[in-house]
Amino acid sequence: MTTSTVTAPATVAQAPAPGPARLRGRRRLAQWGFVAPAVVFMLLFFGYPLVRNVVMSFQHYTPKTFFTGEAPFNGSDNWSNVFRDALFGKALWHTLVFTAGSLLGQFCAGLALAVFFSRRFPLNGVLRSLILLPWLVPMVVSGIVWRRILDQDTGVLNSFLGTLGLDGSTPWLTDPHMALLSVILVNIWIGIPFNMVILYGGLQEIPRELYEAASLDGASAWRTFRSVTLPMLRPVITVVLVLGFMSTVKILDLILALTDGGPADATQTLGTLTYQNSFVQLDFGAGAVVGNVLILISAVFAVFYLRANRTEGK
Amino acid sequence: MSKRFNRRSRRAVIPLAAVSALVAGAGLTGCGQQRDASVYTVLNSSTDETYHRWDAEAMARCGERLGVRIEQQSVPAAQVMTKALRMASSKSLPDIVQFDASEMPTFAEAGGLVDLRTLGLSTADVPQGIVNFGSYKGTYYGAARSVNTLALFYNKDVLDQAGLKVPTTWAELRETAKQLTRGKRYGLALSAGGAEDGVFQFTPFMWSNGGDETRLDGPEVVEALDYWKSLLKDGSLSKSTVGWTQADVNDQFMAGNAAMMINGPWQVETLNTKKSLHWGIARIPVPEAGGKSVGPLGGAVLTVPNTGDEQRERTAGKIVACLSSEQEQLTYALNSWMVPANEKAAAVWRQRVPELDALADQVAAARSRTAKLGAGWSSVSLALQSAFQSALTGESSQAALKRAQQRATSGNRGTRP
Repeated sequence: MTTSTVTAPATVAQAPAPGPARLRGRRRLAQWGFVAPAVVFMLLFFGYPLVRNVVMSFQHYTPKTFFTGEAPFNGSDNWSNVFRDALFGKALWHTLVFTAGSLLGQFCAGLALAVFFSRRFPLNGVLRSLILLPWLVPMVVSGIVWRRILDQDTGVLNSFLGTLGLDGSTPWLTDPHMALLSVILVNIWIGIPFNMVILYGGLQEIPRELYEAASLDGASAWRTFRSVTLPMLRPVITVVLVLGFMSTVKILDLILALTDGGPADATQTLGTLTYQNSFVQLDFGAGAVVGNVLILISAVFAVFYLRANRTEGK
Repeated sequence: MSKRFNRRSRRAVIPLAAVSALVAGAGLTGCGQQRDASVYTVLNSSTDETYHRWDAEAMARCGERLGVRIEQQSVPAAQVMTKALRMASSKSLPDIVQFDASEMPTFAEAGGLVDLRTLGLSTADVPQGIVNFGSYKGTYYGAARSVNTLALFYNKDVLDQAGLKVPTTWAELRETAKQLTRGKRYGLALSAGGAEDGVFQFTPFMWSNGGDETRLDGPEVVEALDYWKSLLKDGSLSKSTVGWTQADVNDQFMAGNAAMMINGPWQVETLNTKKSLHWGIARIPVPEAGGKSVGPLGGAVLTVPNTGDEQRERTAGKIVACLSSEQEQLTYALNSWMVPANEKAAAVWRQRVPELDALADQVAAARSRTAKLGAGWSSVSLALQSAFQSALTGESSQAALKRAQQRATSGNRGTRP
């Protein structure tokens, strides 16, 4: 998206008085030549699948299509079928709760840790790199390990709670009312390192003098955080939240590994629903509808992001 | 079935791999393969070392007999369908595909399979039930080498110590399970997971009670689900049951966390690795004494996809005939602990593996999941999963199944029996 910040205008500005038309044409051609790879790449790998997905959502696209190549258009049938399905509303709600909950948890914990680590103390570096671990482990592996940890009868977590004299039979993943919360907690655990690293980097950028000035003015720690740290950190916060949103809203792998969308569809999200429609039911049209809804949500969010950036730029 | 269930412990990895393979493969499969005239390919799900080896050996024997080379291409069970569809669209289908029998109708309905009878395959020694199992709308598309079903596995030592007999009715099963539940050990383990595993396990309870997949809210189905609920309420089943695959159930049984379990013969190889475990096998208990225990028929079938090359299809038919011949079936069944599809082979198998006699009986009465619904089975299966999970976690069976029935018959993915 930032590919179009080519230096072309600068070249134009530096160029001497406009030459004959032929030369100008050639220069223009060269400019396009530089832009072309990016444009072709975008069209091929973003434009085409996007359009294809939208078209597919209006087609009766079934296993038969793979043989005949024919996918008759069926108007808005796929859309109305998906929207009529009670599961869709549920999945949409779960996706929103999951995304909001995960982002909130990841961000707060990440920020707290980033502030904590920006002080100097022994073993700071070692601890900081240890905290990165969840980020390095593949999502599916984390999911499978957590599934064992959270097992109601034999899980480590419940045994631990039991030895503390607490309720050692919490149905983390087996109770429909608990499962979504458990999945969110695991995702928070996964997302903390990312948030921490980026926010930590942002904190390092804030000039020390500001803090000195604040302390000279007698600002309390909380006041300093609110009036110096947070405003200075804002651009970084936007980036963290946007990237976090993008990776959270489309969640699939973690949920498949932890609960497979269950129990009783308690952890179905738009991601798992797309998967189920397309690759279990082989109803690719319905799968495309849910996929499009996901794209739409992301697009709306992207618009907000761009606007926020623009005002920031001013 | 066996193969896919065997692997469910890695259930998360498989769908993910499927998605990534789909993405990655999309670009690659475009270029059709150049076929070598004397090399035939089989697409199957034998990704386990042992199964892959058994298949390779059988293919080598058949290849030699027919004067061709047979290569096998193995992908995880959940990927066979999507892979085959992709190959169909790029006109690079293999000569033979081994589908899970519950998936075969989907591919057949799309027009992707060749009638095996026109390729000269005989069904003379195959019981009618197993012919139906490999058929879709009356056409015989899939030759089974072996079949399997579910049975009641029990820990002999635990039952002996408690002085209990192997239960044969629902009431006995409930009582026995209750008495065997002690400390961290549950009386019974079964899978009610939100995938085909759970549905596979629910069917013997639903069918033995006279219930039917075309009417999920029928009183017989409600009663079967209520029975599951009663086991859970007694504490005889772990609350984690709703999260378990059949492989998880086997792990629990082997670890001594369950005195009995519902499972299939594909677990026997793993069970036998624990020498101190003395297990027995019996038919799944029935609602009333003397009732018929109807289990689900599981297993894979060999099919010949419609490639348009008649010459190759005929040879592929011969390969399928060879791989599913009496002798090959017996070898395969003895290796994999599953029951041969061929009657004659099954008779020999019974003598060679008397400990699995109960299983052979159960197979004889078993029913195919797709017999009534064909390609519509997957919608019913998804609706049913959601229903028994809701019911086992608090909702009433009646309400949950009513919703399932509505869901199964609505929308363009619904079933029209």
